[in-house]
Amino acid sequence: MSRIKARFAQLKQQNKKALIPFFTAGDPTPALTVPLMHTLAEAGADIIELGVPFSDPMADGPTIQRSSERALLHHVGLKDILGMVREFRKQNTTTPVVLMGYANPIEAMGYESFARQAQAAGVDGVLTVDYPPEECGEFLACLAQHALDPIFLLSPTSVDARVAAVAKAARGFVYYVSLKGVTGAANVDLAEVKARLTKLRKQISLPLGVGFGIRDGVMAKSMAEFADAVVIGSRIVQEIESAPADQVTARVGALVKSIRTAMDS
Amino acid sequence: MRAYDLPDARGHFGPYGGVFVAETLMQALEELKQAYEKYRFDPEFQAEFTYDLKHYVGRASPIYHAKRWSEHLDGARIYLKREDLNHTGAHKINNTIGQALLAKRMGKKRVIAETGAGQHGVATATVAARLGMECVVYMGSEDVKRQSPNVYRMKMLGATVVPVESGSKTLKDALNEAMRDWVTNVDSTFYIIGTVAGPHPYPMMVRDFQAVIGYEAKAQMPGLVGRQPDAIIACVGGGSNAMGIFYPYLEDKDVRLIGVEAAGLGLSTGKHAAPLNAGTPGVLHGNRTYLMQDENGQIIETHSISAGLDYPGVGPEHSWLKDSGRAEYVAVTDQEALDAFHNLCKFEGIIPALESSHALAYAAKIAPSLDRDQVLLVNLSGRGDKDINTVASLSGITL
Repeated sequence: MSRIKARFAQLKQQNKKALIPFFTAGDPTPALTVPLMHTLAEAGADIIELGVPFSDPMADGPTIQRSSERALLHHVGLKDILGMVREFRKQNTTTPVVLMGYANPIEAMGYESFARQAQAAGVDGVLTVDYPPEECGEFLACLAQHALDPIFLLSPTSVDARVAAVAKAARGFVYYVSLKGVTGAANVDLAEVKARLTKLRKQISLPLGVGFGIRDGVMAKSMAEFADAVVIGSRIVQEIESAPADQVTARVGALVKSIRTAMDS
Repeated sequence: MRAYDLPDARGHFGPYGGVFVAETLMQALEELKQAYEKYRFDPEFQAEFTYDLKHYVGRASPIYHAKRWSEHLDGARIYLKREDLNHTGAHKINNTIGQALLAKRMGKKRVIAETGAGQHGVATATVAARLGMECVVYMGSEDVKRQSPNVYRMKMLGATVVPVESGSKTLKDALNEAMRDWVTNVDSTFYIIGTVAGPHPYPMMVRDFQAVIGYEAKAQMPGLVGRQPDAIIACVGGGSNAMGIFYPYLEDKDVRLIGVEAAGLGLSTGKHAAPLNAGTPGVLHGNRTYLMQDENGQIIETHSISAGLDYPGVGPEHSWLKDSGRAEYVAVTDQEALDAFHNLCKFEGIIPALESSHALAYAAKIAPSLDRDQVLLVNLSGRGDKDINTVASLSGITL
């Protein structure tokens, strides 16, 4: 059983929902990435979503754009990030890791080479924002061959036919984008998200995560009432951005712990 | 042999093109594709488009024999397709009229655009004013500085110009920001992309709207020289003016098609904007195409004296035409383009855009080695009034 599947099964038994924090690898420095991953796991993260920085993050708001820029100042590439995951796996063999990013760094490495190295490093899933199911058949085959789960996005604009295409291609979980907009926007409508998830469950049997615009424990808890997983990105990146270098892990740990506590209460 | 019928139904030109965008935009692109398919061959739509091109833009644009310049170069005869004479001063308006008519039929009240040199921004603001639509133009803050006359033009036409501060602060970043706007306002907004790039159906749609350039040339050339030209030369940034003049000639195999990229300070310096000459394939801005990128797949900063060519990607159809060998792609430096700029002023009394000066420079490069019976047709895609500040400052003059 994949680590992602195992984690969701375990949560179901405990009657809990998954907390999925996101941050960009290499932000604020490459040396802090592995410690931050451990901090997240200890603070109650069920899955870690590790951002692969890209020069042109078209789907991201200003907060995550800046985190990409900070990481790229250190020339953090996909190869370095796989090294970080390998390092993380020396001490943690249970927390699933999902890489989230854009197509071009993967294109540059090559599908097969990427999938092989990602599996060897201990990556569990891959979310590529600009690979819709229609464009990534060959890539999906490589991921399947190396036991990596392709994670796909669905959005308020996804019609039934698109939901069906994603349902067919996705493994692990499906990530529902809670709003029309970029990451970190602030116009989430809870009732609307709830109605959409109820409808999506008719077509999708995988766990459904919700992300984009979730900012605190209260919101996370409300989302967790009807979602299987809650993704928090921009809020964590903001904490990384504003904390002094020697307090980054402590501040991020405290934030994630508070969200975990709220979700479980 | 099968006639050229690319792209396929999902927007692929061989391995290039396609739809590489976030899920939120997939449905919007599907709707756009369906709307375009509905109107592409609709006689009423085509009649309105043609009427506007004639009465509002001033088409057909003439073809002019640059006789003195040709004689000075002492070789092939050079003809210029005068897109610089269009309303707003460049070929860009052909496309914005087409897309705005489509937006109107789709019931969209707000249009957005990205712009580099500002020509596409001006052309978008122009059609938005005419149709009474709200218009927001994204422009890299570097470009806002070097193309200030166009920024003011857009504002006079009622558009909001948003300077983009992220990344390299040029055209590619303006495109990113326009995409983010579109994702956020997808219900109300039509995104008017200015070149033959972006996700399907944009590369095909923009090509079709710009193809009027090539169809006219094909009808005009026999009257001028008794036949079609030996070669057609056009500058390539995203590549819309080149695609527009090349497309009707794709099946005319004895007409050479030459695209000219910006070699900036020289291809060997790395400071250029020539992905077809010195890049590798990858995925950016919704399509697979040749890109300027590093070994990690990060897009690298480009350099060109011309803001309109300062883009790390290129329309996917050009990538296909390069690989298939149907078109040739070369590059000329900033200096070569500047020399051609000054020579066209001097010998013909025409101030060309710095973008188009790249095509002129390549014509000047090969003309002397060709016989006098050879005919070169250069797409003079825009006029250079917008560039006088740039050219003056290079000569140490402050206006």
